[in-house]
Order: sequence, then structure tokens, then C-alpha cells
Amino acid sequence: MASTPRYYVPHSSIWPIVGSIALFLTAFGAANFIQQSTEKVAAEGSFGAPILFVGLALLIFMMFGWFGTVIRENLNGMVSPQLDRSFRMGMFWFIVSEVMFFAAFFGTLFYARIISVPWLAGAGNKLETHLLLWPDFAETWPLFITPDGTTTETMGPWGLPFLNTVILVTSSITITFAHWALKKSNRLGLGLWLGLTVALGVTFLTLQVVEYQHAFAELGLSLGSGIYGSTFFMLTGFHGMHVTLGTIMLTVMLLRVIRGHFTPENHFAFEATSWYWHFVDVIWLFLFTFVYWF
Amino acid sequence: MVAHAQTIHKQRHPLLAFAARWLFTTNHKEIGTLYLWLSFGLFFIAGSMAMLMRLELFEPGIQFIDPIFYNQVLTLHGLLMVFGVVMPAFVGLANWQIPMMIGAPDMALPRMNNFSFWLLPFAFAMLLSTIFMEGGAPNFGWTFYAPLSTTYGPPSTDFFILGVHLMGISSIMGAINIIVTIINMRAPGMTYMKMPLFVWTWLITAFLLIMVMPVLAGVVTMMLTDRHFGTSFFDAAGGGDPVMFQHIFWFFGHPEVYIMILPGFGIASQIIPTFARKKLFGYRSMVYATISIAVLSFVVWGHHMFTTGMPLFAELLIMYLTMLIAVPTGVKVFNWVATMWRGSMTFETPMLFAIGFVMMFTIGGFSGLMLALVPADFQYHDTYFVVAHFHYVLYPGAIFGTMAAVYYWLPKWCGNMYDERLGKIHFWLATIAVNLTFFPMHFTGLAGMPRRIPDYSLQFADFNRMSSMGAWLLGLTQVLFLYIVIKAIRKGAKATDQVWEGAEGLEWTIPSPAPLHTFQTPPIIAEDAVH
Repeated sequence: MASTPRYYVPHSSIWPIVGSIALFLTAFGAANFIQQSTEKVAAEGSFGAPILFVGLALLIFMMFGWFGTVIRENLNGMVSPQLDRSFRMGMFWFIVSEVMFFAAFFGTLFYARIISVPWLAGAGNKLETHLLLWPDFAETWPLFITPDGTTTETMGPWGLPFLNTVILVTSSITITFAHWALKKSNRLGLGLWLGLTVALGVTFLTLQVVEYQHAFAELGLSLGSGIYGSTFFMLTGFHGMHVTLGTIMLTVMLLRVIRGHFTPENHFAFEATSWYWHFVDVIWLFLFTFVYWF
Repeated sequence: MVAHAQTIHKQRHPLLAFAARWLFTTNHKEIGTLYLWLSFGLFFIAGSMAMLMRLELFEPGIQFIDPIFYNQVLTLHGLLMVFGVVMPAFVGLANWQIPMMIGAPDMALPRMNNFSFWLLPFAFAMLLSTIFMEGGAPNFGWTFYAPLSTTYGPPSTDFFILGVHLMGISSIMGAINIIVTIINMRAPGMTYMKMPLFVWTWLITAFLLIMVMPVLAGVVTMMLTDRHFGTSFFDAAGGGDPVMFQHIFWFFGHPEVYIMILPGFGIASQIIPTFARKKLFGYRSMVYATISIAVLSFVVWGHHMFTTGMPLFAELLIMYLTMLIAVPTGVKVFNWVATMWRGSMTFETPMLFAIGFVMMFTIGGFSGLMLALVPADFQYHDTYFVVAHFHYVLYPGAIFGTMAAVYYWLPKWCGNMYDERLGKIHFWLATIAVNLTFFPMHFTGLAGMPRRIPDYSLQFADFNRMSSMGAWLLGLTQVLFLYIVIKAIRKGAKATDQVWEGAEGLEWTIPSPAPLHTFQTPPIIAEDAVH
């Protein structure tokens, strides 16, 4: 509901069309690059990688330009309380859409565990399917022998994954401390807690790299290890990408804090980042529970 | 930035200034226009594909195009009509109308609005470019079931996947914008229960989009990894299941079906009261019915998959839930009819299209009810009966709804009345053609003619000939529509501010044509204003 009579409407902007071109180049280049690098298409004209690179570079350029514009408008006091609410709601619904993106992969995980793997082993009325296709297949979860005989070892929950859970939950707490410090205008506290949060994010990602190396090298667990490996890497991989993005966002917030951008009343970007960070944390708790633990 | 863009406007060559205006615009009306023209253009491309298919189906046997190309045309026709025609048309209408109907100066996030639109031309260029790629365009139907799209998909499938990602990003941003606009930008006094129904239906539609487009993104991503990175999501040999693809796809797909019709419901609910000169009957029940349909849409996806061997319990549950949707839909149809009951009716073109919408959408609704019955569906599945069903809800449903909206609001957009006589001719030609095209498909389908096949057995020849002639007439009729729209934009009787005698709502209080910026200070909505 409008509480202010004036609402700032920007007149025109080059950044969206730059973004559209950037995403197009990224998508077009990615499709080419994936085809070439997985040898579906002859690699003679390898234009995929350069296009992808240009697209990503342009995307980063667009973000600097676009967000820079919004930050400048904000510092000039052009953001009304109503526009601030629009930003908040926009971020909220963006996170809802992200939740649904992960829901698709969690749905896949549950379908595999509850339906497809038991059915392949003859559960329900699927005995004939089982006998005709893979009579030796036995149902287990994690699935370490697939119907066509691919084997893998499974990732236990209580090593690195548990340590990462502790790290991520801690980072959710430290960012809340940072937020409290911001509200009290305690800039030193804000910088320290935010810096600690970034450090925890980087630690999480480093440990995940170590975990993946362990999976590939010692457990023989990869994307190609059947449905267990597929769901494992799809969920943890996309989560890792989101942590990476969140860490970059946190780093940007840290730089903005150092420049003195935020006030106790006006710090939407910081809050949006912290919502995003909490979202990533909650997704991880589900991941830890259903991918690693049970 | 603002200053920078304005200098571009002022100094450059007129052509550059024109390009700069449309490329950099953040105005909801201009972006709405862009969406509508994109949709219109793709409508002719996708429609030509349909006419090509009907050419091949004019006679039994293979005459004009080979079956492999037929599959590609069929796939692109479906994808373009769903993602390129119906959805952008509704988003274009939302862009034009929602801010004017709720008394807002613009969409809540104007720059993101531009981003949502300009992703689409690139996405569809990428999708259309697949025709010229080695191995041809995607050939597995718009539902892209695994393993047709994974193990057996042509190389261009990867461009299709990335194209779907672009469309998905565009849709999610567009939906976020619409939902935030409706929640945050209403003029003082415009309470939820005073919102016009077009706004209400779009609020629900935007929610559905945010919930399901990411799931579509998820499923195409799994296709990509299955194709290239050795995952086994849709491969039973690795413990996955091709049927799982259908589950995830239709979890997106069924709400998507309602995304393509709910705004049409809203349009009918705006137009019918105007030309019946009565308040909409049962405003509240319309709102609750829309919400019920949206909620139910999340739990009925299995009715697309009755023949995949789901457990009997699941089939029965989904059958009953699906039939339950007929209740809120019936409420809506009843309310539209009750609004017309004893109204002072006149039959201008928008009203004709709206009444056509109600009647023929209902035919599609009834055939949907037949398809919801598990034992009957075993017979109807993958026959032309299904084709008849969904074309009845999409053509005289979604497309007629869009056309009704264009005739209804065009005078407000361009300030001129369209040619009423030509509009009526357009309606009657389209109505005759649409029924000539799709009604015979009920019969061929019930008699067992399979869909998606370029050849058929001899006994279906007469009905197919009728369908083909209807389809060409229908295609040509839309050229008349294009002519009517262009004619109205160029010249025509000047429209008054209210345009229609019985029209009520904020958009009719501003001048025709609507100035570029409207409601920069919010209007006051009277306490006693009712819907």
C-alpha cells in the first residue's frame, strides 16, 4: 500500500539489455562448450569457450554497472520506503524460487530412494520388471551397486560433512552478530563478524573441495556412479555454487562496510545477503540430513 | 546512468534513438507493447508451423514433409505457442494493465522488467536456430520426455535446454515483478478485495510461475547432465527412472497449464460485466475459485501419466483431485453466465470473444473431465482427443481471451477505436475456423487416431480434411486481426476516456491514449467503491 506520494521510476537503463546479451552469450557459449568438451560434436571450431568467457565477463560487468547505479541512487536518498519494500519482497520471492529449484532435486532424491530403486528390485507389483531386466539387483540406499553393475563407496556423514555443518551453522550465527552490530552502529564489530562469516564460507568451500577429491580419488564416487552419485553431486554441487555466490555477496558487503555505505536504518543489501546466507544454510541442513545422514 | 541514457536519446540519429528507446526502456507501457508484438510475431511463426502440419495431414500417406521434419515442426510449434505466444501475451497485458488498474506509476522493479523482456528474443532466436543445426531441431514434442530428449535427442537439444533456462529466468523475474507490484504498489484504498479480477488472477499466476519455473529449470539441468556428464537420473540402468522425468516435468507442466488460462479468466471477468452493464456476479467466489484452482494444480500432475503404470491408489487419488477442479471452474462459468443474466447486453467484438471464450473453454473443460477418468483415459491417451481437448482450452481459451483483451483495451492504448465491423468478421471467421479445425479431432481421437504421427489410416481422411481446411482458414483469419490492429493504431474514431459505456475501473479514468506516465501521484479509491 502506498504510504509515500512519490515513487522513483528510472527513465531508461542500458544495463538490462547488456545483461540480456551477456546471458545469451553465456547460454549459447555454454551449450557449445559442453558439447565440444564432452565430444558429442567435433571440436574443430571451438568457439564455445571464448563465447562463454565473453558472456560471463559481460555479466560481471553488467552487475557492477547495474548494482553500482542502484547503490548510487540509494546513497543519494532516492530510495523511498515503498521502493525499499519492493526490493525486500523481490528478494523474498527470489529466494522462494531458489527453494523450488532445490525442491526439484530433493524430489528426485526421494523418488529414487522411495520409488525407482525399490521398484527395480521388484517392490510393489514390479517383480516381473525386476526378473526380466536385472534379476541380481538388490535394493540398498545409498545405492553402491547399480543395476548395470557400476559400484561406488558411499560418503559417511560424520567426517568432513559434519564439520561443514558446524561451520555453516556457525556462520549463520556470526552474520546475525554482524547484523546486530550494524544496528548498533558498531562498525568494528560489524567488520569483524562479517569478515569471520566470509572466512567460514571460504573454509566450507575449501573443505568441500577436499571432500570431492576424497570422493573421486578414494571412494570412486562421481556423477557417473548411478543415481546415488547423481543426486549426491547435483545437490551438493548446486549448494556449493550457491555458497560460492553467497560468499562473493558477503565479500562485496564487507567492502561496502569498509566504505561506510550502511546505516542502522538503511542496509537492505546487507539484509538481503544475510537472508540468502540463511537460506543456503537451511538447504545444507536438509542436505546433511537426507544426503549424508539417513 | 539516467542522464547518460537521455543524452543518447537526444544526440543520435533517429534510428539509433528509436533503438535506444525500445532497448533501454523501463516504462511498463512500452515493455508491455514489446511483449505483445513479440507474442504476435511468434504467433504467426508457430501458426505457420501448424498450417504446415495440417498440410501434411490433409491426406493419408506422406506427401510434403518427411516424418523427421514433421516431428521437429511439431515440437517447435508446441514450445513456441506455450512459451513464446501465450505466456508473453499475458505478461504483456499484465505490464500494460496492472499498474493502470491498481493506480501505480509503473511496475515495482522497472529495470528488471526490461531485463525480463529482452531475454526472450534471444531465447527464441536460439530455439529457432536449432532448425538449421546439424541433426535438426528438437524432435521429441514440447514435453521432451526422456529418453527421447536424453539418449536419443539431437545435438541441438543442448541449445534447447539453455534456451529454456533463459525463458525460465525471464519468467521468474517477470513473475516476481508482477507479484511485488500487486502487493506493494496498490493505490491507497485499493484493498485486496477491491482489486479487479484481472489483477487477482495475475497475482495467483505469478505465484504459480515462481513455484514451478525453477522446477522446469531443474529438470532440464538433469537432462543436460544425463546427456553429457554421465548421471543416471532418467536411466534405469543406474537406478534412475525415465518416468521420473515425467513426474518432475508435469509437476511444472500442470500448474503451467493454469498459468496459460488464469489470466484469461481474469480478462473474461473484466469484459463480461462491462458489456452486460452489471457488476460481476460473485466477485468473492471468483477470487476463492482462482485460489482453489491454483492450489489443486500442484497435486494433479499424475493425470498426464495414467498409462505409465502408477500404483492404482495414486491413479484414483489423482482422478478424484482432478475432477474436483471442475468445481471451482464451474463456479467461474456459472458466475460469468449469471453476470450476463438479465444484463443490458451489447455485443461489441471484445464481448463476442469473451462469450466465445466462456462457451468454448467450457467444451475444453468437459473433454478434460472425460480425460480425468482413469479407465477412459487408458483409451483416450495419446490420441487426437487429447489434441482436441488442449487446443479447445488454449485456442478459444487462452488465445481468444488475449484477443478479447486486445480489442477491449486497444482503444485505451492507442487512442483510436478499431474497426468494429472488421472485428466482428474476425470473431465469426475465427470461431467457425477454430471449431472446424478442432471439433473433428474429438471424433478421430475417440476412434483411435494417435497424435504426433504424420500419417494415418484411411478412415480418418474426411475429418482430417475438415481440420486442415479449418486450420488454414484460422491462420489466414489472424492476418485480418493483424490488419485490424495496425489500422486502429494508425487511424480510427477517437476513443473517449471511458471507451466503453459500462466500463468501470481506474484504467478508464485516464485519457485515451494513456499517457506514457500515469498515476505518478496515486489516485484515491473511494471507501464505498465495490467491485
